Amino acid sequence: MILLDRVTKTYNKNLGPALDRISLHVEPKEFVVLVGQSGAGKTTLLRLLTREERPTSGKIIIGGIDYDKLKDRDIPLLRRKIGTVFQDFKLLPNRNVFENVAFALEIVGVPQREIRHTVPKVLDIVNLTGKEKRMPRELSGGERQRVAIARAIVRQPKILIADEPTGNLDPKHAWDVIKVLEKINKYGTTVLLTTHNVEIVNKLQRRVVTLKGGKIAADRANAQYKI
Amino acid sequence: MPSTKSNVRTNRASLSRRYLTTLRIIKAGATNFVRNMSLAIAAMAVMIVTLTIVLFSIIANTTFSHTIAQITSKIDISVYLKDSVTAKQTDQLVSQIKQLPNAESVEYLDKAAVLKQYEQQNAGNKQLQAAINQTSNPLPATIHIKPRDLNKIQDIKDFLSKPAVEKLESDPPSYSGSLKQAIDNITHATNVLREIGVIAVIIFAVVSALIIFNTIQMAIFNRRDEIQTMRLLGASTAFIRGPFVVESCIYGVVAALISVLIVRSILVTAASTLQASTFGLLDINYATNYFETRFWQFLGLQLVIGILIGAISSVIATRRYLKFRSK
Repeated sequence: MILLDRVTKTYNKNLGPALDRISLHVEPKEFVVLVGQSGAGKTTLLRLLTREERPTSGKIIIGGIDYDKLKDRDIPLLRRKIGTVFQDFKLLPNRNVFENVAFALEIVGVPQREIRHTVPKVLDIVNLTGKEKRMPRELSGGERQRVAIARAIVRQPKILIADEPTGNLDPKHAWDVIKVLEKINKYGTTVLLTTHNVEIVNKLQRRVVTLKGGKIAADRANAQYKI
Repeated sequence: MPSTKSNVRTNRASLSRRYLTTLRIIKAGATNFVRNMSLAIAAMAVMIVTLTIVLFSIIANTTFSHTIAQITSKIDISVYLKDSVTAKQTDQLVSQIKQLPNAESVEYLDKAAVLKQYEQQNAGNKQLQAAINQTSNPLPATIHIKPRDLNKIQDIKDFLSKPAVEKLESDPPSYSGSLKQAIDNITHATNVLREIGVIAVIIFAVVSALIIFNTIQMAIFNRRDEIQTMRLLGASTAFIRGPFVVESCIYGVVAALISVLIVRSILVTAASTLQASTFGLLDINYATNYFETRFWQFLGLQLVIGILIGAISSVIATRRYLKFRSK
């Protein structure tokens, strides 16, 4: 599903590469946890997958799409296939909770009737029922995070990329979010999750890829995480 | 063929999807317009000023032309003929003058007609009348020529000073005498005014287009994060740009309506309050009438200009925020 072949990303030639010849293969329906300290290259890796950044060298193929052959005007189509939860949420400030989630569906031209049917279901999954009319600025950090997750999963993407989706949550809510991701994964979505939370990694018992200084330091199935 | 049926269905689905997307873009544009009222007002204010000036300049230009045409129609060239000139010679001369490209109309008055006109013009002066009655008609038969273009009067002059023509004339032709100089001055002044007006309109249109462009770009700059987010969620260029274009077109429509109303109320007020309906070279009554009879055309023109300015500047202004990162 996701294939990276000796991918290097250098932002500034004077500083070393942010990612250094990374090769990674993720099977369909796999659940992969990406761990590593700040600056290890986790976010850079995710940004390469959503084509926010281009690799300096190396090959990326996702869901059969070769990024070298991807034209600019086809980037929206690629991004519609990937659900993304951003570290900084990236909610639309002028739209309320319902509209933020609905926006992901509006982009792809889903009829209004279907939106009214689907969005409440997804908001229920992330425990936001009753807050449909709130604006993002009226929400707590955790609530915003859950709106972002709802928006990422509402299109039932083949791949879900979640950058620190539990970063702002207390342990109980954090685990709720992880359970949502596990549920999505069970329905057949490939999940790529980055986190700092040791407890979550250990409880998940999934494949753990550890990044260190832009290189893959470890890649183990059912792994425990040590810092 | 089973595939034909499904093709039809897919086509219909994609059509209704496109329709739905267009509807959503328009709705988002209208919502943005309401939500960004303060910026909208700034952009519309500039647009209103531009459109008002454009409209005024069109009306003023037509009114100037009308004024000049009126003055020009009053000027004519008089050719005085010797009493010895025969009717045949006169006819020949008149038809020759008629063939001059710059001769708009040619009118021949024989001696009796000239005398009658003279008597009418001096009806109040009894002594002069008495003096005329005592002599045989001293006034020459006259040909009045109205030129088409005052600035090209030279070809008529050249024709009249040919020796063959000159020998028929009792006196040198008169070019409305001292009036000619005044008319020349007025024509020159209006031409200069008109040129200045055109240049001012162009300069103003360019400046205000830049200001509108900047205002829209500021609105877009304020929402660049939003645009980036939409991009990351996979929104197409049209889906992101559409609402901005719709919003700017609403500016254009509102500005067009207001500018037409402003011009209308100014003209109506001026026409009703100003004692003298002629305001220098600007004949207010003529201008008002000209505007009123073409009200819908002007409204349409303003709408087209407003929408064009809005659409073009928003498309250009969104361009740099819609580019995909190349590196």
